[in-house]
Amino acid sequence: MSLKLPIYMDYHATTPLDPRVLEAMLPYFTETFGNAASRTHRFGWTAEAAVEDARETIAQFIGADSGKEIVFTSGATESDNLAIKGVAEYYKSRGNHIITTVIEHKAVLDSCKRLEKEGFEVTYLPVDSTGMVDPEAVRAAITDKTLLVSVMLANNEVGTIQPIREIGAITREKKVLFHCDAVQGLGKTPFDVKEMNVDLASLTAHKLYGPKGVGALYIRRSKPRVRLVAQMDGGGHERGNRSGTLNVPSIVGFAKACRIMQEEGEEEARRIQALRDRLHDRIRARLDLVTLNGHPERRLAGNLNLSFSFVEGEGLMMAIKDVAVSSGSACTSASLEPSYVLRAMGLDEELAHSSIRFGLGRFTTEAEVDYVADLVVEKVNRLRDMSPLYEMFKEGVDLKSIQWTPH
Amino acid sequence: MSYSNKVIEHYENPRNVGTLDKEDPQVGTGLVGAPACGDVMRLQIKVNDDGVIEDARFKTFGCGSAIASSSLATEWIKGKTVAEAEALKNSQIAEELSLPPVKIHCSVLAEDAIKSAIEDYRQKKAARAALEGTAPTALEGTDS
Ligand SMILES: Cc1ncc(COP(=O)(O)O)c(C=O)c1O
Repeated sequence: MSLKLPIYMDYHATTPLDPRVLEAMLPYFTETFGNAASRTHRFGWTAEAAVEDARETIAQFIGADSGKEIVFTSGATESDNLAIKGVAEYYKSRGNHIITTVIEHKAVLDSCKRLEKEGFEVTYLPVDSTGMVDPEAVRAAITDKTLLVSVMLANNEVGTIQPIREIGAITREKKVLFHCDAVQGLGKTPFDVKEMNVDLASLTAHKLYGPKGVGALYIRRSKPRVRLVAQMDGGGHERGNRSGTLNVPSIVGFAKACRIMQEEGEEEARRIQALRDRLHDRIRARLDLVTLNGHPERRLAGNLNLSFSFVEGEGLMMAIKDVAVSSGSACTSASLEPSYVLRAMGLDEELAHSSIRFGLGRFTTEAEVDYVADLVVEKVNRLRDMSPLYEMFKEGVDLKSIQWTPH
Repeated sequence: MSYSNKVIEHYENPRNVGTLDKEDPQVGTGLVGAPACGDVMRLQIKVNDDGVIEDARFKTFGCGSAIASSSLATEWIKGKTVAEAEALKNSQIAEELSLPPVKIHCSVLAEDAIKSAIEDYRQKKAARAALEGTAPTALEGTDS
């Protein structure tokens, strides 16, 4: 079987559009192009009907009561901002405390940082070595000033699935609002806002084979009714929560992507997990000193985050340049700091620099997995032969005993 | 991040990867950087009796630019005198490899590695001289 290069194994960053989604979207660019807010003619009505249908589909997909609880946005970054800043602003007379975790996406963390500058207090809960948040730590952090708890469904780097149900039970009991950035887990692990007592949820289409640039915020309308202050001023679209002409083709595509996930997601996850395990097994069978980052079981089916001791992540990515993956190595960012998620899990900085995230998904094949495993084994061996650290390790030198010269 | 062709070339065909005997009196070893920072270079030189670097070897833990910088450094200093090697500037390496600003530290590390290897060589030489009660200069040309 011939293999097409480059191979995409970065499904956490984004996913290709499913051809079925594209097909559903196409008519909404040309024939049915109306503005969903146009109330005076058929062009507007058809667009509006498509949007309302999409709303219902998405609401049902996450276990919400009604499409009225779905606000469309430009993506999860906007949804996270709207949820956190919007709630904080609306409820600020009742309290000033927000609880989140150290491993959230920057859209959550930086929204919280912004609020801190405005006088809010934020508790950043730690995670254990598997990247898991302790629900009891959430309980312990809640005070009578706490407005909101924000915890992600699954982490984008290590794939650890958080105990959302347990946290939701606590926030409900304590009458504190609960926001969940569900981006990475949606369609890949069970998520139900009603069963899990989630009050706000950030969603995005491009991580589940939908288009980029469209997302949603679920805002609960009853028990409790959640209110927020819009962050975008304008025509008052989306019940005043988010002004701006709706991106109808993308919204239609988003709903189609959810429908496919709803029908095929469970089986797909099993298939992807088998491929992920195959990749892991084939690498581990032939390489020693490989560390699995994240939780051994409670992780996204398509996520494999490994550290290859004594090999720097970006150097390895360059060696496997026909395979698209990502690394927690500092070298991948301008900041020169290794992944804050891996460090929060207590991973040695050296191992954080040595990490590679493989993200498998809908279009990953067994042939690709085998090719990548072989390539990784070959290149890690080559780079270890070039690594002074590996040589020292084999000579029995304790690398921690050396006086390094940080720069 | 995209790499220059020269970085890719050095990365794929690194020159002078390897290890020299660090106990050899003619060998100087420089180990710079830190695992926690994501790059460590070990550069070794072997200096002959005329003060010429007749061999240079490296091993590097780091990104493509770090590996390319150390590969280029060994290539450049081979055949040079210690004094010439010492005069090599990181900016020359950065320019040759067209390193982007976030990768300049890789060339700095390579310069440090050269300096540190030379320093080690000199210290060994001085220590031996002290042991033998001879002035270091008198030793030149007598060690084997
Ligand atoms: C956990 C998480 N939250 C938020 C985002 C941002 O989503 P978007 O790209 O739709 O703005 C991402 C994706 O990068 C993510 O992984």
